[in-house]
Formats: sequence, structure tokens, C-alpha cells
Amino acid sequence: MNAVLPHLPALQVVVPLIGAILAAFLRRGNFAFTLTLAVSAILPFISGALLWQVLTGGPISYAMGGWAPPIGIEYRVDLLSAFVLMLISVVGVVIIPFAHRSVASEIDASKQAWFYCMYLLCLTGLLGITITGDAFNAFVFLEVSSLATYVLIAMGRDRRALLAAFQYLIIGTIGATLYVIGVGFLYLLTGSLNMVDVAQRLAAVEPDQMRTVITALAFITVGVSLKLALFPLHVWLPNAYAYAPSWVTVFLAATATKVAIYLLVRYLFSIFGVAVNLQALPVGEIIIALSLAAMFIASFVAVFETNLKRMLAYSSVAQIGYITLGIGLANQAGLTGGLVHIVNHAFMKAALFLALGAIVYRIGSARLGDLAGIGRKMPLTMAAFAVAGLGLIGTPGTSGFISKWFLAIGALDRGWWILVPAIMASSMIAFVYVGRVLEMAYLREPSAETARASDPPLSMLLPMLVLAAATVYFGFDTEWTAGIAGKASQALVQGLAR
Amino acid sequence: MQALNNFIAHYNYVITIFLMITGLYIMVARSNMVKKLIGLSIFQTSVYLLYLEPGKILGGTPPIIDKAFTVYSNPLPHVLILTAIVVGVATLALGLALVVRINEAYGSIEEDEIFKKDREQ
Repeated sequence: MNAVLPHLPALQVVVPLIGAILAAFLRRGNFAFTLTLAVSAILPFISGALLWQVLTGGPISYAMGGWAPPIGIEYRVDLLSAFVLMLISVVGVVIIPFAHRSVASEIDASKQAWFYCMYLLCLTGLLGITITGDAFNAFVFLEVSSLATYVLIAMGRDRRALLAAFQYLIIGTIGATLYVIGVGFLYLLTGSLNMVDVAQRLAAVEPDQMRTVITALAFITVGVSLKLALFPLHVWLPNAYAYAPSWVTVFLAATATKVAIYLLVRYLFSIFGVAVNLQALPVGEIIIALSLAAMFIASFVAVFETNLKRMLAYSSVAQIGYITLGIGLANQAGLTGGLVHIVNHAFMKAALFLALGAIVYRIGSARLGDLAGIGRKMPLTMAAFAVAGLGLIGTPGTSGFISKWFLAIGALDRGWWILVPAIMASSMIAFVYVGRVLEMAYLREPSAETARASDPPLSMLLPMLVLAAATVYFGFDTEWTAGIAGKASQALVQGLAR
Repeated sequence: MQALNNFIAHYNYVITIFLMITGLYIMVARSNMVKKLIGLSIFQTSVYLLYLEPGKILGGTPPIIDKAFTVYSNPLPHVLILTAIVVGVATLALGLALVVRINEAYGSIEEDEIFKKDREQ
């Protein structure tokens, strides 16, 4: 055991990577699923051990291949990255039982092994972005996860899935390339790619080189914002979520955008924020303005959307707005709210998309009009949907309330009380679009189509019930979400240059 | 005069930025998906140049340790861009594969025609 422990940071990425290669060789869908299940079950133990090490002993630095940083690639686990690693691993293991039947019903048998191969590659990339301490290595992992994501989206049954994947490929590659341009400027300026090293060297740049720093900041912010679907750079997201296979949507909604948000926080707070006084630049103000636009415009679009997958996708854009609002506020409470909403939103949106996936599995449609009376025929599924939907609105007693509470405190700390009614107003819009679905599901008479539906098998039911329960649980016990997020944001905010 | 001197002294960067903007413009302005991918390729290639140009040090030799030389070119950008090229090739290959599938599904690779077909459906 002692031989393995020091290498946990590498294993976090290597285990799913080897799993992906093996899955491609297995060729049989069932074998590949079993392998994916095994890999998903191991990952939370690794990230749990990492989180525990960080909580007890401070940040971990791992020299990849034995080459010491800053020359070699460093895997660096601090509280923020351990927090996000834990989120990805836990979401992965909770949702994987759902995949078996859902994927079997939506993907050809001959392609299922490839599907799991792509999923594991995507997982590798996301974990890699989170754990690496090297700016260029992050780009490579970003592309690993993105390329796998394009393939996963294109595997949807509708032909529009191909179009959605292509559009995402174009926009995603522009985003990644803008990111790499920004990293290029940082490299030209500092001669280093190690994130900690870059931050230290940036602090020493001459004032007349500030223009390059600001250019790099702009390129990286815009590039990563394309990936995290910050309004108005979100146009790829609704179609990608709507036409991807149901289970892929669950996974992407819960993890992919969250990892891009992690990258944005890492750059704004641990690299640029440490070296440059960001208060002097209108970065926070721009992000807050765009976040408010997302919270209102995307929520408003969701109200009029009849395809429920698209409705939830627009809701995701709006919820990402809450997270970036916390990042833009850039104070202790605001950032805590943003970080805690990464986890809370991942859980509740995964539960919502899982419930929707179960409905698609039973009645083959995600249109609002086809769901009449489904609450009586699929009671547990719709109960999970309703609970997670209440979380989305931010009802007290759910985890969504905790996030919004911290965001409101952050806004007041900053002296911008006007944001508090804005947060409440946008929650009201969420109430309208969630309410529309609940009204259709519970108050209408079942149609001939829905009358035949029933709750899905336990393997599909359990993940969404667990996530819906987590939405309620983390509304009361916040030690593991807001507690860790608070410590992480404290470390980030304290590091900021004044 | 100063501006012109600056321009000539940095002509390689001017070319790089010209390619960058050209690639971006093609991606935005063209509806043909293969042309979009060509734009994407030009855009990515311009970034390779952005990395490689400053790696060359005037009077520097290839980075092989030898007592006779003290000034070396920076080899790191080449290594980075080798990785970026691999990523770029993979992206292009996947993009073209998607275009083939789209052509099979829709019978067209013009984005506006495809949108029209989807609306009619």
C-alpha cells in the first residue's frame, strides 16, 4: 500500500486511461460496461484519498515521470482541485449503473464498447485538466476530453446529433486554440508553463509588459468561457445536450462545464490574481454582467422550450451564470457560493437529466406535450425530478438554497445589494419552467402513450434517487460541500494581489 | 517611420496574425463545412507559428551541447507544437469524419441548406 500511495495523483488519470484502451479491445458492450463500472468504482477511492491527504497535510505536488517541476510536468492537488476531482469521481460512480440499459437502448450493440472507450477517455481528460499543474498539459487534456465528447454527442440517434457535434467541434476548438494562444503569451513572457511558477514570475514583470499579461488574460478567459458556456458563448450547448444520448447528457451536464469553470477559477485566482491586481481591471464586472444576462435570458428561453432536454440545457446556461456570478464577485462568500454551486448544480442537474433519460427510455420522447400524467405512472422518477427541480429553484431545504444564500451574502459584502433581488427574480423564472413540467406530469390525465409507462428498473432508478436525496441532504448538512468550498475559496481569495 | 520600422521588424508576427484572422473569418463566414475545417486548420497553424517564431534565437545553434557553442535556440516550443500538431490532426480527422456522416444523413454539407431541411421536417 505504501508503494501505491505516493502515486495516487498519477493513478487518478492513468486508471481511466488504461480502462479506455482496454474497453476498445474488449469489443463486447457488456464486457466494456463491466470494465467501466470497475474503473468508476475505483476512482472515488483515489480522489477521496487525495482529498483526505490535502485536508490533513496541505497541497500535494507530484513530479510526473520523476522530472522535477517546474521543468517537468507537475500534478498539483490543492483543496480546489481535490474538491473538483471528488465531484467528477462521485458523479461518475453514481450515474454509471444507469448507463447499461440506457446505452443499450440508444446505441448499436457493435458500437457500445467504443462508446465506453470514449466515455473513459473523456473522463481521463476531465480528471487530467483538474489535477495537472502545467498550463500546456491542461490544453492537451482539454482536447482529449473535448474530442471524446464530440464523438459521444455524435452517437445520438437523431441526425441532428451529428450537426450538434460538428458545431461543438468548431466552437470547442476555437476555445481551446484561444486558450493555447493565451498560454503562449504567458510562456513568452515568463519562460515557464508550470502554473505556480508562472504566477511567481508574473508578479515580477515590468509595468510596460502589462499589455501582454492583459492580452493573455483576455485570450484565456474567452477561450475557457467558450468551453464553460458562459453567456453569450453558450450557443453550442443546447443542441449538444438535446441530441446526445441521454446518459451522455447527464455526464456532460454534471462534469464537463464544471471542469472548465475550475480552469477559469484556477487562472483568475491562482495565476493572474496572484500576480496582478485584478480589481484594477473590469474582469469581475464583465463576468457579473454576463452572468446576470445568463441568469435571466437563458432562464427566459427555457420557459418557452417544449423539448425538455433543451429546456434543461438552457437552465444549465442560467445556472452556470450563478456560478460565474460568484467568481465575478471574487470575495470569500461569493466564491464559496460559486464553488458550492458547482457541486450542488452537478447533483441536481444530473438527477433531472437522469429522470428525463428514464422517461425517454420508457416513452421514447422528451417533449413536454407527451408527458401528460406521467407523474402517476412513473411516480419515483417524477419525484426525483420534482425534488431536483426544487433544488434548481433554490427552495429552502435544498442544496440550491445554500448556493444562493452564499451568493447573496457575497453580493452584500461587495455592496451590490441589487444583485440579491436579481438572484430571487431569476429563481422565480426557474419556478415557472420547472412548474410547467410538474403541472403537465401531475395534474393532467395520462394519455394513451404515458398510460403504459412505469418506473424504470432499479439500476436506472437508484442513481437519480441518490442524487435527488443528495440535493436535499446537502441542503441541511453543508460540511462536505460549503465547508470545503469555503476553505478552498478562503485560500484563493487570500492569495489575491491587492 | 517608426511605425513602418516596427512593422518590418515584426513582419513574421504580422503574417501570423493575418493567418489567425483569416482562419477565424473563414470559420464564421463560410457555410460549407469542409471550408470551415480549412479555416480551423489555418487558425491552428497560425498558433504553431506564434509559438515557434520566438523560439529561434539570432545566432543560436540547434540545442545540442557542444563546447564550441554557447547560444542555443529554444527547443521547448517545438516539442509543445509537435503535441499541438497531433491534437490538430486528430481534430481535423474527427471533423472530416463528422462531415462525411452529415453528408450521408442530410445529403449536403452546406450549413444553411441543412438548417432548412431540419426546419422543414
